[in-house]
Amino acid sequence: MYDLIVTLIPFFPLLAVLVNGLNVLVGYRYSHEIAHRLAWGSVLLSFLCSVWVCLETIGHPDPRTVIVYRWFFGGDLTVNFGFLIDPLTCIMLLVVTGVGFLIHVYSVGYMRGEDGFTRFFVYMNLFMVSMLLLVMGNNYVVLFIGWEGVGLCSYLLIGYYYDRVSAAQAATKAFVVNRIGDAGFLMAIFLIFANLGTVDYLDVFVRAATLDQATAGAIALCLLIGAVGKSAQLPLYTWLPDAMEGPTPVSALIHAATMVTAGVYMIVRSHAIYDLTPDALLVVGVIGAVTALFAATIALVQTDIKRVLAYSTVSQLGLMFLACGVGAYTAAIFHLVTHAFFKALLFLSAGSVIHALSGEQDIRKMGGLWDKIPKTHGVFLIGTAAIAGFPFLSGWWSKDEILGHAFTHGHYVLWALGATAAFCTAFYMSRLLYLTFYGESRVAPDVAHHLHESPTVMILPLMVLAVLSVVGGLIGVIPGGLEHGWFHQFVEPVVRVAGPGSGATHDNELAYLLMGVTTLIGATGWFLAHYFYQLKPEQPDRVMARMTGVYRVLLNKYWVDEAYDQAFVEPGKAMGRGCDLVDTNGIDRVVIAVEQVTSLSGAGSTWIEKHVIYSGLNVVGYGNHLAARLLRRLQSGLVHHYAAMLVGGFVILVNLIALFLWFGGAS
Amino acid sequence: MIPVSAYVIVSAILFVTGLIGVLVRRNFIIVMMSVEIMLNAANVNLVAMAQHLDSLAGQILTLFVIAIAAGEAAVGLAIIIVVFRGKLATNVDQINLLKW
Repeated sequence: MYDLIVTLIPFFPLLAVLVNGLNVLVGYRYSHEIAHRLAWGSVLLSFLCSVWVCLETIGHPDPRTVIVYRWFFGGDLTVNFGFLIDPLTCIMLLVVTGVGFLIHVYSVGYMRGEDGFTRFFVYMNLFMVSMLLLVMGNNYVVLFIGWEGVGLCSYLLIGYYYDRVSAAQAATKAFVVNRIGDAGFLMAIFLIFANLGTVDYLDVFVRAATLDQATAGAIALCLLIGAVGKSAQLPLYTWLPDAMEGPTPVSALIHAATMVTAGVYMIVRSHAIYDLTPDALLVVGVIGAVTALFAATIALVQTDIKRVLAYSTVSQLGLMFLACGVGAYTAAIFHLVTHAFFKALLFLSAGSVIHALSGEQDIRKMGGLWDKIPKTHGVFLIGTAAIAGFPFLSGWWSKDEILGHAFTHGHYVLWALGATAAFCTAFYMSRLLYLTFYGESRVAPDVAHHLHESPTVMILPLMVLAVLSVVGGLIGVIPGGLEHGWFHQFVEPVVRVAGPGSGATHDNELAYLLMGVTTLIGATGWFLAHYFYQLKPEQPDRVMARMTGVYRVLLNKYWVDEAYDQAFVEPGKAMGRGCDLVDTNGIDRVVIAVEQVTSLSGAGSTWIEKHVIYSGLNVVGYGNHLAARLLRRLQSGLVHHYAAMLVGGFVILVNLIALFLWFGGAS
Repeated sequence: MIPVSAYVIVSAILFVTGLIGVLVRRNFIIVMMSVEIMLNAANVNLVAMAQHLDSLAGQILTLFVIAIAAGEAAVGLAIIIVVFRGKLATNVDQINLLKW
């Protein structure tokens, strides 16, 4: 029963993929209405199964393994296609299927009337299948399958508008950059198998203690490369902002709530390895902190509503890495959950804004929308407050916990970087809010003409996500108080740090002080935005004019894309051209020469065959023919001739017998 | 007592007569008759030898030959009649359809 329901979780979306996919292949035998019902219905069923599994797990929090079948084996290697259900998996399951379900419902409204409506849902459901495999797998190979699957779906969905060049390029970029990370991840799996002889999580974590420092570090860093690629951290973050070419629900589901958090999930899942190497852990923390600040500063000046959110996502993911780096795995997962709520909410409401403005994404052409689309405004406001760290909303709890953990464990530099990033976050999110919803309307007249609130099917998921964004943080404080909420008690067994060094003393006064500080930082960020964009709307331009250099650096995103182009893409292209040159001038010529020689010798063989072998055969043939022409005269048809031959033969026979008897008798 | 060589000589004369008849005559009927003569030459020989060697095998074989000769004559005459009706030919050298 238990095994069946666990197996059904990824099976339902898979079924929807197969049915809807077949429908696309055979040319739409049923309408879009049935297609989208299948799509979100399957995710809803998965969600219900996940809730059941989660309730079971609350009762029995020990990890339970469900082996579906033995996948492949040979030598020392046995890989099962199996699932591991423990509290961490349960949390991820609920986030993936829950938020996924809401986004599927939202997509029904958002994608209505698009070409390839069914195709969209096929990809979305395929993504759900892959993501569920990713979080449920009981070994690194199943994780890797899910990992590649979500990468593929990300590619397909970014390139959903494949007739748009920018979308196709963005999809390719995302795919290629992810491959770099995946190579690292693959190496990590090989290292794990080579050193530990297994890929099953539970075995790996037990045996990890036997690893020496260097090997553990190598594995940890290779895993980190994979995580950095998937979760868009420095230096592989460049694909995520471009991924905004995809439809907005895709950005919400894949590039905010679920897929990009896979790296965080993987690091938390492998914490047993990271705990062995403080150095690797420090690298994680530094990458996270630097990325958090780096992306946040870029987001300060971006003008595309989705790109601001994309950089914000990179920044928040950085914060999660920072949490992992300082050993606050529970906080990382906690922030992952709350981030899934409010970032999905922000993306979806941004989608609602874009929907209302007939596809406009430039915040310079928005403004004053708050009374035109009040519901969207309301939920966007909640999302902004949650991410900016408004007290008692979900983001406030989780972000504070990360920063507090960094500070109390002595990582003051990381704390400072994170706090600065939090300040930037508060500023750019408030800026986004003000530019989009308040102030004077800068909407183009023809767009303003048919400005409209989104349909209920889109608003309802937003409402649910808004409620979650408000109260979602409470699972981290009720009932045990700060850092001892239900969530922590539930997840703690999975990420408990083995050996000494755990259980740092909790100084509640310091914690409250830090909370006060970060709240103040958030408030300052908000006030600055309020001052710039509400009280003195002309001020930003003046500041920009004074700090042109900084502004241009930020606006051009530190020229990282250009630098990568120069450093990798252009040399790659040059190498391609070089190879082409070698190919056409060197290899091709050899090939052509070979071809000519072959064709010449072929002609020679043909001549020999025609004139030598065939003539020999013809001689034999003609000889037979001529002999037959002569000998057939014997058969004249006249009885006399035959009789004469008979007699002649008889005479010869008799004479031979006589001769034989004569000489035989004589001897 | 007639010596056995006399029978053999008669038999040989009969056989050669029949053979010449088969080879030189054109008429179907004559050819058939010549064949019968040859068969009877063989019969004479067989019977003489049976007497001479005091064995019944020769006489039994002769009875077979006579029976088969009757059948052969019947079939041969039937063929001759068919050919005669169809082609109005009475000579063997006018019939040469069964050639290459």
